[in-house]
Amino acid sequence: MKLRFSASDEAFRVEIANWLRDNLCGEFESIRFRGGPGDEHSFVEERKAWERKLGEAGWTCIGWPHDWGGRAASIEQQVVFNEEYARAGGPGRIGHIGETLMGPTLIAYGSEAQKAKYLPSIRSGDAIWCQGYSEPSAGSDLANVKTKAVFDEQAQVWQITGQKVWTSLAHESQYCFVVARTDPQAKGHKGLGFFMLDMHQPGVTIRPIEQLTGTSEFNEVFFDSAVCSVEDIVGKPGEGWQVAMALLGFERGVSTLGQQMLFQNEFNDIVQLAKSNGADRDPMLRQRIAEAHIGLRIMRYNTLRVLSGSDEGELQAEGMIYKLYWSSWHRNLGKLAMDVMGSDSEILDAEPYELNRLQSMFLFTRADTIYGGTNQIQRNLIAERALGMPREPRGNN
Amino acid sequence: MEFKFTDEQIMIRDTAEAFVSEVSTSAAVRSAMLEPAGYDKDLWRKISADMFWQALPIPEVLGGLGLGYVELAATLEQTGRFLLCSPLMATAAFAVPAIRLAASEEQQALYLERILEGQVATLAHAGIQTHGSQINVQANITDQGVGLNGISRHVLNGQSADFFIVAAEETFASGEQGISLWFVDRDTQGLTIKSLPTMDQTRRLAELQCDNLVLSPEQRLGAVAQCQAQLLNSILDLAAIAVSAEQVGGAQQSLDISVAYIKERVQFGRTIASYQAIKHKCADMMLKAESARSGLYYAACIADEFLAGACDAETLAEAASISKAYSSEAFFFNAGCGIQLHGGVGITSEYDIQLYFKRAKALESFLGNASEHRERLAKQLLDSEVSL
Repeated sequence: MKLRFSASDEAFRVEIANWLRDNLCGEFESIRFRGGPGDEHSFVEERKAWERKLGEAGWTCIGWPHDWGGRAASIEQQVVFNEEYARAGGPGRIGHIGETLMGPTLIAYGSEAQKAKYLPSIRSGDAIWCQGYSEPSAGSDLANVKTKAVFDEQAQVWQITGQKVWTSLAHESQYCFVVARTDPQAKGHKGLGFFMLDMHQPGVTIRPIEQLTGTSEFNEVFFDSAVCSVEDIVGKPGEGWQVAMALLGFERGVSTLGQQMLFQNEFNDIVQLAKSNGADRDPMLRQRIAEAHIGLRIMRYNTLRVLSGSDEGELQAEGMIYKLYWSSWHRNLGKLAMDVMGSDSEILDAEPYELNRLQSMFLFTRADTIYGGTNQIQRNLIAERALGMPREPRGNN
Repeated sequence: MEFKFTDEQIMIRDTAEAFVSEVSTSAAVRSAMLEPAGYDKDLWRKISADMFWQALPIPEVLGGLGLGYVELAATLEQTGRFLLCSPLMATAAFAVPAIRLAASEEQQALYLERILEGQVATLAHAGIQTHGSQINVQANITDQGVGLNGISRHVLNGQSADFFIVAAEETFASGEQGISLWFVDRDTQGLTIKSLPTMDQTRRLAELQCDNLVLSPEQRLGAVAQCQAQLLNSILDLAAIAVSAEQVGGAQQSLDISVAYIKERVQFGRTIASYQAIKHKCADMMLKAESARSGLYYAACIADEFLAGACDAETLAEAASISKAYSSEAFFFNAGCGIQLHGGVGITSEYDIQLYFKRAKALESFLGNASEHRERLAKQLLDSEVSL
């Protein structure tokens, strides 16, 4: 059991840190520490330019194989990259859905033609992707999707009709991957297809959802006979659920270490604030600050255990606690931030509704325990899959 | 970075699991805890002679196995899991680190040899020093010799220890000044060992009363006159990590026996394990057990680095406090939930969950509870100019 990174990984750390120091400045100075969950609407054009800058230098998709322009970076190197990126204040990656979800899914399940068509523009930082899973009646119950895919025999294309919701960055994205029902007779996870759809077409309408922060990063997306080429379905019609689930499997990867470094930045802000406003003399707040510190450190070691692989290669039960763990921790951090701010937590930066970063974080952390599988769904999954407890009887739908 | 057990460490853990699960059954624990020493002496002979676990953290040149804290933690996780009654932790995780950190080479050879032969040793000091010195033993050092007076409470396995490492404060010293550590044999004249009745009967604590114990300067660990307050803190940190290991094992087993029970229990025509209210409690318990385990393995790695001179005492203190604070609450949470999940039978003496609940409470308050360790971390985070 080794905690430390190797000398070559540490050398890699220096390389990426130096590159970031030399490049995340000048025109990009304004986007340091910006973007990411809760701040996804900020500096979109600058962050797209930054994505291309990363792409030129080979700092996108570093875990991808050499064949598709990646560095085939080891898990350790990816961890180091994500840590240094967040430490330097690298902005929330606007290309992350393509890089961490769509790309790996295509590499594993896509045809050669699909890989050649879509991977290079993800790798170069040019193509932004969004995710079309959730629907008004398919939240936690994702298999209940109603969006239909009908094959037009004459035009030899798929036509997609329906509504998606909670789609981050939909208005900024060129492509969307969509789970839609190819077999209208089928129910649940049967009869679904996984489609890659061009967002720039007449059949697509996007409507932003204003959140409690007053900002909008989520959208509703309406498809009205939106067209999808027959070459742009991943897997066969009817295999959409398997592909959709495999894609989610890529989500719990190395990027979580970068997320933790963002959490560390927020935590450091809270510590500094407590030292400057006297909150550090309140015994209860001291306890909670220490508790947050403990929680964040343990989050790191939970992740390192998962990334190191299990001891005997069996299903890694400890990986299943990750979402529940970080979302609960982060929600508590939001409340801690407000309590450290004290009565000032109520005062905004400016009219009409300009929240500071900690206020925005506090409000948005209430979403953390909901999106990507609510805490309640996570507990069901842990109990059923890791502890082998029986499922509750299902309702009829 | 390879944050998982090596093949050798897996073997050590599996061996411990197989052995302890066989010798420390529910019936064996219930019988051992009624023994005068609080454990089965024949079993301890087997552990110390055949399994040789007390030798895990003793260097090979001194006759030990030369393994590290990770291996010790992996073993103690299993002893904690099955509530093993034994002086292993006191000897291997309290006395051995104290000797390795503070004793001279001659003393190490002498006293570690006694431990390798199966003697029981323990540390007579059970407080972390968040609230200043908690030492109630005074060392009166004169040209004629050394006299020890005072009381040391909460001494783990003090009833049966062959020798003690006693923390004392020099007379007229205050705070962390003048703290020294002493080897004291159990038959030393003036030493009274009183057994303290404990809520957790699987783990015995004693009180040492020192009435003018006459010691020679050679019995001082390190045998030189220097304040050992900082060393004592590090010794207690290493001990706290060992306690965490037993807590992690206990937290895991509290979950496992509860899940096994509720899968069998049928109400309203179905197993209660199928109800979400029950499942969600179990999910929270698993989160606590796994997270405590991650914190423990991290702290054990840091302990090895510290013993190899690769990190400083502050880093060790941080790791120990993180691990002890988290695993203390995790074990208590899991044992408490475990009783609730058992329903009525959870509060009977027949079912084992009550033994875990008592063990959880005992280990939580031992060597600093969660809030004491959090305050210690808060000092590092908030009161020093250098941030972590």
